[in-house]
Amino acid sequence: MTNSISEIERADVILVTGSNTTEMHPVIGSFVKRAVRQRGAKLIVVDPRRIPLVNYADLWLAPKPGTDIAWINGMIHVILEEGLEDKQYIQERTEGFEALKECVEAYTPERVEKITGIPSELLIEAARIYAKAPAASILYAMGITQHTKGTDNVKALANLAMCCGNVGIANAGVNPLRGQNNVQGACDMGGLPNVFSGYQPVGDPQVREKMAKAWGVSRLPEGPGLTLMEMIQGALDGKIKGMFIMGENPMISDPDLHHVEEALRRLDFLVVQDIFLTETGRLAHVVLPGASFAEKDGTFTNTERRVQRVRKAVDPPGQARQDWEIICDLSSRMGMAMSYESPEEIMEEIRAVTPSYGGITYSRIEKVGLQWPCPTLDHPGTPFLHKDRFTRGRGLFHPVEYRPEPEEPDEEFPLYLSTGRILYHYHGGSMTRRSVGLVERAPACEVEISPEDAEKLGIGDGNRVRIRSRRGQIEAVARVTDKAVEGTVFVPFHFAEAAANLLTHSHLDPISKIPGYKVCAVRVEPA
Amino acid sequence: MDTVRLVIDGKEVTTAAGNTILMAARQAKIHIPTLCYHPRLPVSGACRVCVVEVEGRPALVASCAMPVAEGMVVHTKTERVLRARRLVVDLLLASGDHNCLLCQSNGSCELQDLAYELGIESFRFPVDSPGYPKDTSNAMIERDLNKCILCGRCVRACNEVQVNEVIDFGYRGGKAKIVTAWDLPYGESECVFCGECVSVCPTGALTERQAKFKARPWKLQKVRTTCAYCGVGCQLELNVAEGQVVKVTSDYRYGPPNFGSLCVKGRFGYDFIHHPERLKTPLVREKDSFREASWDEALELVAKKFSEIRSRYGADALAGLTSAKCTNEENYLFQKFFRAVLGTNNVDHCARL
Ligand code: SF4
Ligand code: SF4
Ligand code: SF4
Repeated sequence: MTNSISEIERADVILVTGSNTTEMHPVIGSFVKRAVRQRGAKLIVVDPRRIPLVNYADLWLAPKPGTDIAWINGMIHVILEEGLEDKQYIQERTEGFEALKECVEAYTPERVEKITGIPSELLIEAARIYAKAPAASILYAMGITQHTKGTDNVKALANLAMCCGNVGIANAGVNPLRGQNNVQGACDMGGLPNVFSGYQPVGDPQVREKMAKAWGVSRLPEGPGLTLMEMIQGALDGKIKGMFIMGENPMISDPDLHHVEEALRRLDFLVVQDIFLTETGRLAHVVLPGASFAEKDGTFTNTERRVQRVRKAVDPPGQARQDWEIICDLSSRMGMAMSYESPEEIMEEIRAVTPSYGGITYSRIEKVGLQWPCPTLDHPGTPFLHKDRFTRGRGLFHPVEYRPEPEEPDEEFPLYLSTGRILYHYHGGSMTRRSVGLVERAPACEVEISPEDAEKLGIGDGNRVRIRSRRGQIEAVARVTDKAVEGTVFVPFHFAEAAANLLTHSHLDPISKIPGYKVCAVRVEPA
Repeated sequence: MDTVRLVIDGKEVTTAAGNTILMAARQAKIHIPTLCYHPRLPVSGACRVCVVEVEGRPALVASCAMPVAEGMVVHTKTERVLRARRLVVDLLLASGDHNCLLCQSNGSCELQDLAYELGIESFRFPVDSPGYPKDTSNAMIERDLNKCILCGRCVRACNEVQVNEVIDFGYRGGKAKIVTAWDLPYGESECVFCGECVSVCPTGALTERQAKFKARPWKLQKVRTTCAYCGVGCQLELNVAEGQVVKVTSDYRYGPPNFGSLCVKGRFGYDFIHHPERLKTPLVREKDSFREASWDEALELVAKKFSEIRSRYGADALAGLTSAKCTNEENYLFQKFFRAVLGTNNVDHCARL
């Protein structure tokens, strides 16, 4: 997030898109609801589903899935047309505005209505509300990023925010809500093919030299590595022979599952380290028992870049060990001794080689976590980014064009499928589906379908249905609900026995390589 | 900032204008008991336990709601004040089933503490419990409204903090009761089980069902940590007894990011920790099944196979997925292991958001 969670409560306008906040990030959902109910903030929800936040919203725009760039560019079009942009901000702090202007020219409200289905009056009203706010915050999540054009969607949102001077000030910003507790940290720590910790590029010789010295090795690999989807493809092609998967279950969380299973089966050697024997673990040659969050010391970094302590409360079961100890042991067996007394000692190393974490010590975050960038021991942390200047100097507008989805509904597969999370479960379900209370609330996979579609298809609430796409089929229970909008069904991806990702496709976003989970065409029929 | 000077129990106190008498007293470390008041919630001023005498005012005033004024003289412990407080508590004790001996909240109940503080030794009025059936409609929250003192904290927590708008005061007069829409049990209502109401309930009316009979409050050790689920990173407390996590609580005083709020996953999704299916030893594949192995055997095998692959096909034939569920320290070591030890940048993780 560019800004902090607490700031949401003080925003004048909140635009929520592609985030079912009250279910995916419930505590942030409460910040939004308090802003609306107690401080009179205006809420604009842009989502193809009638998510619970719609009940709190001033405006609800329901675009056809996959048409986000069109409505975002449309809003910018209206803002420029009516002269509502922040001219001084654009002049002083940004560049590339002319190109943006040219690009959005064609996105008239009428054209946007044709593409997205959003009535032009609503789009105009939303643009006015957003642009006139002293501080407007944009919240988004997987509904925006998990598209074949996720990276473009995010750029479009950043254009919108910068046009109105909403980046680099308090209570505003462009705020991605991270799905998993430590995705932010996994990225910050260099769990990416092209960067070391703190996003220091592996391609930069100076950085490589610094890291090699710190790690006591003579050289480090130069070229960027493979992304997850490229690894899967590499395994299929026989180029990847061995994999080590720590605490992840791509067998349920990745799109186009048949593909993933085949790839993992082709490996000469697969090691999976986890707390349960997951679908992925079952394919492994060696399974290593790790520790849960309750059994380890360390830190997680939340979606607002706040580094917070994790503390050991109980011992791991049986012979299971903390994951860091396992890595150290393995490393030492492979010729590089790694010996740390404690996670705190590892953090001391992280801080020495990672500028943005330079000032973060366990004693400083004992009571309240610090938000990076926090370069030095006396730095108070950074509640919001880009104050006074952007990291690169001036904020650059990136004009992006709307392109149709690779797969649109047709006669055979007439409905849009969208996938995501529900309140009571998390990711592959290996934790939540073993919790009595959560299972009682949501025992099985339910497909949300609108009353109109249900009637057309002769499906009643609670009926078993089959959902088919070009790639596979699953069975689920139909939930006929107003939450779904005619033409689109929703399936959560937590249930291995009805894995939504058997249906989705793996067309990738060309830059972020995030799979297009969100939009694909399906057919629903009584089972 | 404008300040105001006043005298509380003979002590000169300076505080910010706009503060209440209660806030001023707390700043000066003068204890005034409360019941319906909770620092995280809007003030209601309904229970009258925090009453004090203010010179020049004929009636006792609720210190949680009364703003300070320059020159105010306040007495918090006069006989008149104590009598008023005792009457409130005596009436509450008679209004329900306050049998501490058989209550899950024994030892962590504000009503019990108050009775003790006020020196109440016996029930002054005959007990007239409403006799509501317990709400055991769900596995997470147990509601026993016979122990409810209608302080309204849960209502404010649900409506003003979480803004879930599920519960409210219902019925009138002697029949007054905290209700969901249509007075349905929690399990059939719109409740989303965030447990905010449980966290602020001063008595045993709202309790965590699975923690029942697991440990007395004074046997619990609370370990503050960060939630394992979504990216909000809520601060929470694992309550441990005899090596087992038996409940999750929270505390608004931890501050950001969540100021004591949690959602259903953070508060009630902890069973997996001690689940019997947890992996307890390394496993090594043998044809179509696994057998248990020692750490030595398993790690030697991994080291050998990774080395073989590397020398035969090069380091880039190896790839690793690190985890959004593991700590920063573990993620850091994992990429270090891949880059420095195996010699490849093939490291990624599963969730790009
Ligand atoms: S658990 Fe949460 S939603 Fe349910 S009644 Fe309590 S505060 Fe309201
Ligand atoms: S249930 Fe608890 S918090 Fe709610 S009114 Fe009764 S005693 Fe107060
Ligand atoms: S308690 Fe809920 S909202 Fe908070 S971090 Fe955990 S899952 Fe997210």
